[in-house]
Amino acid sequence: MKNRLKVLRAERDWTQAQLASALEVSRQTINAIEKGKFDPSLPLAFKAARLFNLTIEDIFDDEVETT
Amino acid sequence: MTKQDCEHNNYQTKNNTNTRTLRNWTIVWVITMAIAAFAPRFIWDFNTSLTIITLLINLAVGFRMLVANRKYLRGLDEMQQKILFDAMAFTLGVGLVIGLSYELLEDIKLIGFEPEISHLIIVMCLTYLTAIIAGHRKYR
Repeated sequence: MKNRLKVLRAERDWTQAQLASALEVSRQTINAIEKGKFDPSLPLAFKAARLFNLTIEDIFDDEVETT
Repeated sequence: MTKQDCEHNNYQTKNNTNTRTLRNWTIVWVITMAIAAFAPRFIWDFNTSLTIITLLINLAVGFRMLVANRKYLRGLDEMQQKILFDAMAFTLGVGLVIGLSYELLEDIKLIGFEPEISHLIIVMCLTYLTAIIAGHRKYR
């Protein structure tokens, strides 16, 4: 799953550790999500959306084309 | 980012506390296990009452260690939990397959000694360790 977490984080000049602390996960988890190696759960995705004041769809893209 | 730093501290503190608690209970469990294994022979000459009390203490501490382990696992974030759960599942499978095959070796006379449970535990520990390392590498 693609996501804009790294871009959003960079826009706010936050480190991975700071984002991890805000979402209450480990820095390794943020790194894995940013690289698309780990897909977050729905609660964590909602938490990220609330943190950035965006919708989940604005951050995460499941790469499935809708018709 | 003061508030977030504070949250970070809370998260880290919680994990560190859970890890320390688990470590402490594990150490106590190992000590009580050693006492239960060696003290009857070397200290109180197989006194039944003392041996039973020691065994009960060992079981109680073991149960407390399991509770601490559960708390530790629940305190991890979802990716860390997935890594550990995957490692546990793999270890359980390896333990079952290797354990039964190992037991079979003696039954079909391919080995001349009786299989020891400690050998299986060593295999499971090494499997668990390897699986955890592999899990962390996978998500790195």
